[in-house]
Amino acid sequence: MIVKSAEELQQLPEYKEVLLDLLLQLGDDDFILSFRGSEWLGLCPHIEEDVAYSSITQNTMGHATMYYKLIEEIGEGSADELAHARTEGQRKNAIILEEANGEGSYLDEPKYDWAFAVVRNYLYEVAKKIRLDSLKQSSYVPLANVARSVSREQYYHIKHWEIWFKQLLTSTPEARGKMETQIERIWKDFGGVLSLGPNADKMKDLQLIAGEKELSEKWLAMIESAFEEVGLQLPTSNPGLEAGNGREGTHTEHLTTALATLSEVYNMDRAAAW
Amino acid sequence: MQGNNERLKAEITMALHEVKDPEIPSVSVVELGMLHDIVINVQNIHIKMLPTFVGCPALDIISRDIKKAITEKIAWVQEVDITFVFDESWTTERISEEGRQKLKEYGIAPPPLKYKESDPWHVDCPYCGSTYTTMENIFGPAACRSILYCRSCKNPFEAMKPVSSL
Repeated sequence: MIVKSAEELQQLPEYKEVLLDLLLQLGDDDFILSFRGSEWLGLCPHIEEDVAYSSITQNTMGHATMYYKLIEEIGEGSADELAHARTEGQRKNAIILEEANGEGSYLDEPKYDWAFAVVRNYLYEVAKKIRLDSLKQSSYVPLANVARSVSREQYYHIKHWEIWFKQLLTSTPEARGKMETQIERIWKDFGGVLSLGPNADKMKDLQLIAGEKELSEKWLAMIESAFEEVGLQLPTSNPGLEAGNGREGTHTEHLTTALATLSEVYNMDRAAAW
Repeated sequence: MQGNNERLKAEITMALHEVKDPEIPSVSVVELGMLHDIVINVQNIHIKMLPTFVGCPALDIISRDIKKAITEKIAWVQEVDITFVFDESWTTERISEEGRQKLKEYGIAPPPLKYKESDPWHVDCPYCGSTYTTMENIFGPAACRSILYCRSCKNPFEAMKPVSSL
């Protein structure tokens, strides 16, 4: 089945419902991770990294906007509302992506963890690439088109984090130790990124995206070859879901505070024209 | 009638040459290859544009400038609709020869031609033409640009980041 436009969805209520779930997952993952990226501005290890990370963050926020606009086209809310006005329970991002960058806040003594940023971003960008490669063949043509545009930019993001990832793991014992600690920590919840939620099988049947198992295996294969290059063993267990599955609307305090911060101005006057 | 339609499209394209990228004011949106299609329905026109980088904050400004240019320059047009579409992906190959030349004059090296993902970059200095350049940061001051340094004339410069459809 091929669905060429939002208009055709009116006759396909079930397809539309599953598509909406997928679009929210894709948009929410990029949205919250780019918010976390924006909090790093001015705090990166050096100034060129500030330029690079903020550029990646800007692109990633643009990707979230694209998915929200696809939702807008199918008549399920506006991009602004989707970004700002939904409650935690309505968000579908993976829990590991909402987690704070570290102790403190950027306003007052941020003690952010660079190893956490590098590992989280690298593992996520690999998962994102694998999803995008599959989405380019999605039965929903507007989504396949967006995936192609996003891919062109994402190529640079994955390269960037790959360099940090490999270099820190092959530098000093201190750097390697910090990286290993973060890999172990993130692994426990990374299953949330690889999950497609309760509608996973339907997404596959409707050919919106490949199956969860296939995508996870591809992710693991790419991660394994990166680990091999730096002499790391893959953890013995599969990536977990320790804090729960964000695809089902389960979230943590980290998301609550993030939403309060990022929507602060929006909530002062929801009807204001910008 | 067909000939007339082509003539009107050419007139609109001409007006769009006046709309510059706010972050690279020497180059027009047409030269950048952002114009996808023009649909004319009597006095109403629909201009379809291809975004360069999807999160580019300049898109809203470009859209506003297009509206202004058309309203001011073309009397017969009553309504202008501008949308950014994704039916086709913008690539750096779409930048015209004139556009490449103007980028250079502005101090931005044009992207390499026929670039494929994972190809090494060969970017010549836009000031002295030397090939002896180094990459300082793939990410520059705008989503579409990188920062390089010329070892010959000792000038830092920017280069348009190559993007190819995959």
